[in-house]
Amino acid sequence: MTADQTTASDEAGPAAPLGKDLVGLEGLSGDTIRMILDTAEPFKEISERPIKKVPVLRGKTIVNLFFEPSTRTRISFEFAEKRLGADTVNISSVGSSVSKGESLVDTARNLEAMRIDMVVIRHGSSGAARFLADRIPSNVINAGDGRHEHPTQALLDMLTMRDRLGKVEGLRVCIVGDIVHSRVARSNIFGLRALGAEVGVCGPRSLVPVGIEDLGVSVFGHVEEAIEWADVLNVLRLQLERMNAGFIPSLREYNRVFGVTRARLERAPREVVVLHPGPMNRGVEIDSDVADGPQSVILPQVTNGVAVRMAVLYLLAGGRPELAEDAKRGSGG
Amino acid sequence: MIADKQPRDLLDAAGVEQALGRLADDIIAAGATDDLLLVGIRRRGVELAERLAELVAERTGDPVDRGSLDITLYRDDFAQIGSRPLIGTTKIPGDITGRRVVIVDDVLYTGRTIRAALNEIADFGRPARIELCVLVDRGGRELPIQADFVGIGSDVPPGSHVEVRVPSEDDELGVRIRAGAEQAGAG
Repeated sequence: MTADQTTASDEAGPAAPLGKDLVGLEGLSGDTIRMILDTAEPFKEISERPIKKVPVLRGKTIVNLFFEPSTRTRISFEFAEKRLGADTVNISSVGSSVSKGESLVDTARNLEAMRIDMVVIRHGSSGAARFLADRIPSNVINAGDGRHEHPTQALLDMLTMRDRLGKVEGLRVCIVGDIVHSRVARSNIFGLRALGAEVGVCGPRSLVPVGIEDLGVSVFGHVEEAIEWADVLNVLRLQLERMNAGFIPSLREYNRVFGVTRARLERAPREVVVLHPGPMNRGVEIDSDVADGPQSVILPQVTNGVAVRMAVLYLLAGGRPELAEDAKRGSGG
Repeated sequence: MIADKQPRDLLDAAGVEQALGRLADDIIAAGATDDLLLVGIRRRGVELAERLAELVAERTGDPVDRGSLDITLYRDDFAQIGSRPLIGTTKIPGDITGRRVVIVDDVLYTGRTIRAALNEIADFGRPARIELCVLVDRGGRELPIQADFVGIGSDVPPGSHVEVRVPSEDDELGVRIRAGAEQAGAG
């Protein structure tokens, strides 16, 4: 044992209570989520250094397995991985054996045979991350699976709210837009509820799932009501492909009824902080003068995304599966 | 921690103050202090660096810059101990290239913490010179690292603990030795 004066058992505190994987925030305790956010804090500083790299994941190989297009999330993960010293490989469905019909598990097993340590997966099917996590020994991080969850997005949203408003507990956060198709909305609801925030959702009837009140959220039919109620608006991207499927009449109509505009925010009783996970449709769900205005924390969200992902990678890479009870309960749903 | 034997005092509060005064004198005698930066290793090295900076400033009349370093991400035993939820923030003021940097820690033992600290400092720039100041050198090195400034030297056998107690963490100032816990307290 190469114990230093500062040994693991006394000074460094208890091991991190995360398991092998981060599939979702559902079932994670407020304490676990706070621990992840607290761990993200010191990682912010690393991205401000002249040499933006620490050696903690040196020698680890991480595969970014993206079956759906993504720019921001994939790049954010890649920065996080590289700044921790890991080696990374990016695989996208286009131009790989995935497009030749190889199954998810075959792809992953082939990667495992090349001795990888972690997989970051984005997939169009809900449950894909859990499916993979149960079948390979590597750590699996969900970077968005179908309509299920996008846990690191919700974590960076909560970190950004905490930075701006001091704490998440007691905040009123309203998620505006296409709730029914949104994994970001689901992860936000689970995470925010665990941290003790009040959560609302607002959107067209066709895009708010029936029975969502059972998750402990309030439903607003009018964006004006949501703005009057909320401390924070998390404005979701209106997925344009939904319009073709008949969920909304037109983009213009959507903007007129549900768009987050300067005029609407000015009528709010208090300053409302505005988040957006990107990419934005300016002039549809959010107006440019809001996106670029003083209430917007959209760019801090992007900066925090790297820090949160560094924290998750770090915690999982050194995690102790036997302490994973929290994570196991969380992935059941 | 299980106390299976009475701890033995190595230095009381007055002894620590005296040692710090001597260390401040030694740092001043060893080179120019106008570009001096004292970097404390978290956690207890940080408070010692603060105190040393005050003492050097009292003697020279010029304020002394200080920083703090958390070496968790540079440890060589990540695979053995795993990740820890809380990492302290590292604060290094400005550009350190060309400066005289003195690393301050409470206890020098295996030398592995200092190896990690040297690597981390190199990621912030290229100081003209890096020196090491410790309150206690307990022997037992596992790497070729020695201190330039030592408050007190004492051969302490492996398994025993040298506890440096500082007001911000422990509400008192002092150094004591707790004899071998024989892994009993290791969790």
